[in-house]
Amino acid sequence: MTGILAASGPVIPDFGEASSCVQDNRLFCPDWVRDNWGPVLQPALLQHVKLTVIAVAIGFVLAFAAALVARHRTWFERPFDLFSALVYTIPSLALFQLLVPITGLTVTTVEVALVSYTLLILFRNILAGFRSVPADVLEAARGMGMGSFQVLRRVELPLALPAIMAGVRVATVSTIALATVAAFVIPEGLGRPIFLALRQFFNTELIVTAVLAVGLALVADGLLVLAQRALTPWTRVRAGS
Amino acid sequence: MADAAARIVFDHVTKRYPGRAAPAVDDLTLEIPAGEICILVGPSGGGKTTAMKMVNRLVDMTEGDIRIGDESVRDRDVTELRRGIGYVIQQTGLFPHMTVAENVATVPRLLGWDKQRIEARVDELLDLVDLPAVDYRARYAAQLSGGERQRVGLARALAADPPVMLMDEPFGALDPITRTRLQHELLRIHGEVRKTVIFVTHDIDEAILMGDRIAILRPGGRLAQYDTPGAILAGPADDFVADFVGADRGLKRLSLTRLDELPLEPLDGARGPALSGATTLRDALSTMLSEGSRTVLVLDGDGTPRGSVTLDALAERLAS
Amino acid sequence: MIADISIFGDALRFIQDNPGLLWDKVVEQLELSAAAIGVGLLVALPIGIGLGHLRRYSFVAISVANVGRALPTLAVIAVGIVFLPVGFTVVLIALVVLAVPPILTNAYVGVSEIDSETVEAARGMGMTERQILQRVELPLAAPLLFAGIRTAVVFVVASATIAAIAGGGGLGDVIVNQASYGIEGVIGASILVCGLAFACDGVVAIVQRFVTPKPLRGRHVEDATLVAEPGGEGSTL
Repeated sequence: MTGILAASGPVIPDFGEASSCVQDNRLFCPDWVRDNWGPVLQPALLQHVKLTVIAVAIGFVLAFAAALVARHRTWFERPFDLFSALVYTIPSLALFQLLVPITGLTVTTVEVALVSYTLLILFRNILAGFRSVPADVLEAARGMGMGSFQVLRRVELPLALPAIMAGVRVATVSTIALATVAAFVIPEGLGRPIFLALRQFFNTELIVTAVLAVGLALVADGLLVLAQRALTPWTRVRAGS
Repeated sequence: MADAAARIVFDHVTKRYPGRAAPAVDDLTLEIPAGEICILVGPSGGGKTTAMKMVNRLVDMTEGDIRIGDESVRDRDVTELRRGIGYVIQQTGLFPHMTVAENVATVPRLLGWDKQRIEARVDELLDLVDLPAVDYRARYAAQLSGGERQRVGLARALAADPPVMLMDEPFGALDPITRTRLQHELLRIHGEVRKTVIFVTHDIDEAILMGDRIAILRPGGRLAQYDTPGAILAGPADDFVADFVGADRGLKRLSLTRLDELPLEPLDGARGPALSGATTLRDALSTMLSEGSRTVLVLDGDGTPRGSVTLDALAERLAS
Repeated sequence: MIADISIFGDALRFIQDNPGLLWDKVVEQLELSAAAIGVGLLVALPIGIGLGHLRRYSFVAISVANVGRALPTLAVIAVGIVFLPVGFTVVLIALVVLAVPPILTNAYVGVSEIDSETVEAARGMGMTERQILQRVELPLAAPLLFAGIRTAVVFVVASATIAAIAGGGGLGDVIVNQASYGIEGVIGASILVCGLAFACDGVVAIVQRFVTPKPLRGRHVEDATLVAEPGGEGSTL
C-alpha cells in the first residue's frame, strides 16, 4: 500500500506529554525539535543524503559514459538527449508510481527514478564540458604525441571539470528536492516527516522539515562550489596578474 | 638518442582528399639539410600546412614518403614519432589548466624523465626563451601576454630536445612589434640550438628573414621553387613566383645583406649619414634617399666610422 | 521484486471506464497550472527581462535559479499549510513560487547574453530603450525565454500533481488516493499525467517555434538553468 499513509509510529506524543508549545501548535517549538531529532529528524536526513548520493553517483557514471560516446560519435547525442529530456518531463510522482508494479515498493524504484532525472542534466553538462576544450589545445596535445587516453586524462578531463562540477551541483540540488517525493513509495527520506506533519497540520514539524530539506540542498550546493574551486585553481586566475 | 638535428626528405609526397578533384599537396619533393630552417610559403590553399602536418602524421599521406634521418615517418609508432618532433601552432595551444612549468614539462613527462631532470630542463628552457624561471614557472597561460605565451609554446616544443621542429604560422596572431621581436629571438635560439625546422607562413618577408631555404608552393600544392632566399629573389622561377615575392624583390634582396658585409671605401673626407655596420643595405638605401646623400658612413661596434659605402656600390651589388 | 505487468492493462481499463472523472481532474489540473503559470509570468518576466536589459544584478538571477532548484514542492507546500488553509490558494502560491525561478533566470540570461554590440548599434541608430527591448532584445531572447517557460510549465504541471495532497485537485487526487481508486486508478492517472506533461511541453514548444525569428529557428536552445556556467560563482552561500 502506497501513499501518504506510509507511516509507522506517532511523532506527536498522544498522552498529555506534549508541551504547551506543541499543544498550541506554535510555529517553532525547540523542545519538540530536541526530543525528535534523534528518533525522527536525523534518521530522515541521513536517509535522504543516502538516497541522493547513490542517485547522483549512478547517474554520473551513466551520463559520463554516454558523454564519452557522444563526444566522438555525434549521431548518439540527439537520441540520448531526447530520451533523457523525455524522462525529465515525466512528473516525479507519476514516474515513481509507474515503476512500482515493476520494481515494487523498494529503494530500487526510487533510485531508478532519481537516477533517470539526473541523466539529462549530467549528460548535457559533461558534454558541454568536453566541447569547451579549445581546438588548438587538443591539436597541440595530439601533435606533441599524446595518445587518445592521455589526451582524455591529462587535457580534456581537467578542462571539462568546471562544467562537469556545475552539472553535478545542479543534479545534486535537484535530486535532493525530488527525493522528498520518495516518501510516497518508501518510508525514507525527509519526505516522510513532511507527510506526517501535513496530515496533522503540525506547524513546528512542517517548518522544521521544510527548512531541513531546503537547507540540505543549499549546503550541498555550497560544498560542491568549494570543491569545484579547489579542483580548478586556474579558472580563478585573472589575466595579466 | 636522437641527433641534435636530422635531415628531412619529402619524396613525391601527395595528399588527396576524398571527393575533391585537385590534390592538396601534389608530388612534393625536396630535401632539407639537417639544422636548417626551411620555410614553406605560399598563398592560402597552397597546401603548406598540410605538407607540414604530414611530417608528424597529423595528416596522412596519400602517396609518397617522408623520411626523417633515414627512417620513414610511416615506420614509426605515431605517438612516439610525435614525441620526437617539436610542434608549435599559431594559437599556441598552451594547456590552460597547467602552469608554465607543467606545460613545458609535458613531453619529458610523457617520456618518463625523472623529476630533477625535468625541473632542470624547464629552467634551462625558460632561460633560453628569455622568461626568467623564477617569475614564470608558476604562472598560468591566462596570465601571459601573446608574446610570452608563444615563447612558452616554443620552450615546450624544445623540451625533449627533438631533432625536428614544425612551426605553423607561430607568430601570425601577434602584433607586428612582438612578431618582429620573436622572429629575431627564434633566429638567436636557432643559432644556439641547431634543429631542422619546417616553418609555415604566408608572409614572404617573414620567409626571407627567417629561412635558410624557402619552398614556395602554388595553389594546388605544387612546388614552384625551392632555393635560398637570395637565389629566389635574384631569379624567380616563373611569373607566379615573381608575382608572389613582389615587384620590389630587388629591394628585398638588399635586405639580405648588411653594410659590414660589403667592401668599404676608405673614409678620407667622405661625408654622409652614419649607420651601424649591422644595418641592411635596404635600410641604408632608404636613408640615402631620404637624406639626399649618395654616401653613408659605416660605424663599427663602438660607433667609430670605419669606411663608407656609396649608392653606386649598392646598385652594383644588386645587379650582380 | 514483483513484476506485475498486468496492472498496466488494468490501468488502461480504468482510464476507459472513468472518462468523466478523469477529464474533470485533467481540467482541474490545467486550470490550476494555467493560473500558476500566468501569475508566474506576470511576476518573473518583467523582473528577468528588466534586469537582463540593464545587465545588472546578475547575482539575483543566479541566486533565484539556485534557490529555486533547491525547493522541493513538498517543502513549499508544507510551509504554505502553516499559514493558509488547505485548498486552491495555498497550492497556487506554492506553484507560483516554483514557476518563477526558471522563467526569471532564463529571461535574464536570454536578454543579457545578447551581444552588447548589437544593442549598442541599435542605441546608436536612435532607438529608445523601449524600442530596443521590443524590436531587438525580445526577439533575440525569445528562444531562451521560451525554454524557461517550457521548463516552468512542465515543472508546474508535475508539481500540481503532488500538490493534490494540499487540496489542489487534479490527477494527483487520484494518484495519492489508492484507497479510493485502487492501484489501477493510481497507475492510470499516472499514465495520464505523463501524457498531460508531454502535451503541455509540446504546445509550448510549438509556440516557441512560432515566436522565434526565422533565422534563429534551427538552433536547439536549452534551458539556461540546466547547463550552468562553468566556473561560475553561482553559490547561494
